[in-house]
Amino acid sequence: MATRRIWVWTDLSDGMPHRLSLELLVPARTIGSAEAILLRPASSDVLSVLGEHGAAVVYHGDDAAYDEYIADPQATTLAALIKSEQPDAILFPSTFAARDVQARLVGKLGVGVIANATGIEYDGDLLKVTVPYGAETVASVTVEGGGPAIIQMRPKSFTSEPVGGSAEVRQVSTPVDAASCRVKVLENVEQSAEGPNLEEASIIVSGGRGIGKAENFALLEALAHQLGGAVGASRAVVDAGWIPYSHQVGQTGKTVKPDLYIACGISGAIQHIAGMGGSKRIIAINSDPEAPIFEHADLGIVGDAQVVVPKLTEALSKL
Amino acid sequence: MKVCVCVKHIPDPTMPMVVDSGTKRLVRDRGQSILDPSDEFSVETALKLVEEHGGETVAITMGPDGAEDALRRAMAMGIDRATLINDDALAGSDVVSTARALAAVLKNEQPDLVICATESTDAYTGMVPGTLAELLDLPLVSFARSVTVDGSSISAQQDTESGYRTVQASLPALLTVTASIAEPRYPSFKGMMQAKKKQLERINVAALGLDSASVGEAGAREKVLSVAQVHQEKQVRTVVDDGSGDSVVEIVAFLKSIQVV
Repeated sequence: MATRRIWVWTDLSDGMPHRLSLELLVPARTIGSAEAILLRPASSDVLSVLGEHGAAVVYHGDDAAYDEYIADPQATTLAALIKSEQPDAILFPSTFAARDVQARLVGKLGVGVIANATGIEYDGDLLKVTVPYGAETVASVTVEGGGPAIIQMRPKSFTSEPVGGSAEVRQVSTPVDAASCRVKVLENVEQSAEGPNLEEASIIVSGGRGIGKAENFALLEALAHQLGGAVGASRAVVDAGWIPYSHQVGQTGKTVKPDLYIACGISGAIQHIAGMGGSKRIIAINSDPEAPIFEHADLGIVGDAQVVVPKLTEALSKL
Repeated sequence: MKVCVCVKHIPDPTMPMVVDSGTKRLVRDRGQSILDPSDEFSVETALKLVEEHGGETVAITMGPDGAEDALRRAMAMGIDRATLINDDALAGSDVVSTARALAAVLKNEQPDLVICATESTDAYTGMVPGTLAELLDLPLVSFARSVTVDGSSISAQQDTESGYRTVQASLPALLTVTASIAEPRYPSFKGMMQAKKKQLERINVAALGLDSASVGEAGAREKVLSVAQVHQEKQVRTVVDDGSGDSVVEIVAFLKSIQVV
């Protein structure tokens, strides 16, 4: 049987391959031959990094229109490439741009799509994709009816690692479809947050409704600062406008797996657990002893986070 | 301008998810289902745009009979009228078959703007809006934290990982909005009374001119092979803090034991 061709759609971050795309080269080269798809202008360093992480081939389209109009022209080119190359599966990371490209592609091809996957394998010819439904149910899902399997993987389902090697670069010469250049990027604005990046922090102090009010995030910031960690939040407080969306942990926010997660006044709704359940250690502080968060905690404090958190910060500052 | 909002009636996200082991579908109990909270941001955005520019707002959903409740809620917030795509043949729809049904209604409506949440709070695929944009051949302005319409042009601040970018497209377009776009209004008593009398059209697969083999479970390309329960047993040590904050001694000891401090 011919080797399966598994494509990994590659996003960029600060001009280098996005770490979530690099993660996806791990399952891609495990179940077949990993081939990266990069439709953005990029330096030769980017192509080398993809090769080092196990991409046997990189399809590279470097038209500037991909930077200016992003998802729409990419989806159009990708659909044309799929027709001529017929890969077995295409893995997408969960970045913003990936989602737009992927969803448009699904509409173009009329194929099945699987999102939020954490694992992928072939059992003979049968594709089996692992998808968690909430915190306590896991489904095994497949797609039928021909065409490539289009799968979005959850962050941190795999750990990226350089394995050496270099990729054969194939230039994508398909001209950019002018009709698809219709959502124009006028300006990119960087908003750098203070302290460590939430997704890379080894310690996260996270707050929910139980911290009482928006101003009390200052208490969590002080504790996070003391521990060298980052501040996270539940969806409820982000929706309430207490803290920006960039801090949101959960299925609709960021997926984090720190060494230590301190959940303050967070009840532990399924959607939150989905984003932090993989943390190595969890401390939960909540005044409701029935809060589901305690089922996931290593240490549970039944108490008022507004009282406990500042005392903890103070105690740690005296060590 | 005419603004159509796609909404969803979902099981209350604060309750545990139940998957039927026979059909392998999410159990949808009308009594414990609500208008998806993320859809309230789409509804609010539609209302604000029409308050500013004039026009009409329409809410559309696909679902069983109970999904009418979500449309009534949207109309209580101020949406003018609604369409429920309701047909037994639609059960078991996946992303493409859902988008096909919504697209059929939207093709008839010919709106200037379609607004969706970035993803539903039950299935979370986040794929339907983009797929819908493709089926309707519309530009997709996604993950908007703010939006402005000026004549036939729409511009938005779109979330990125490191901040945002400003994007611009021509109407008609499809917009997805995040929770930071606006604070959704709460339906007034008057609004709730009026919503009962507003026009709610029910439409089935045949009336939409859709081939029943292309929608619902028959048209679905995604198949669930099996579902399993996973239960993680964790050793939890629980300490009750009496309000004195004395539990910090326990926390500090724990932090020392895992060598954080």
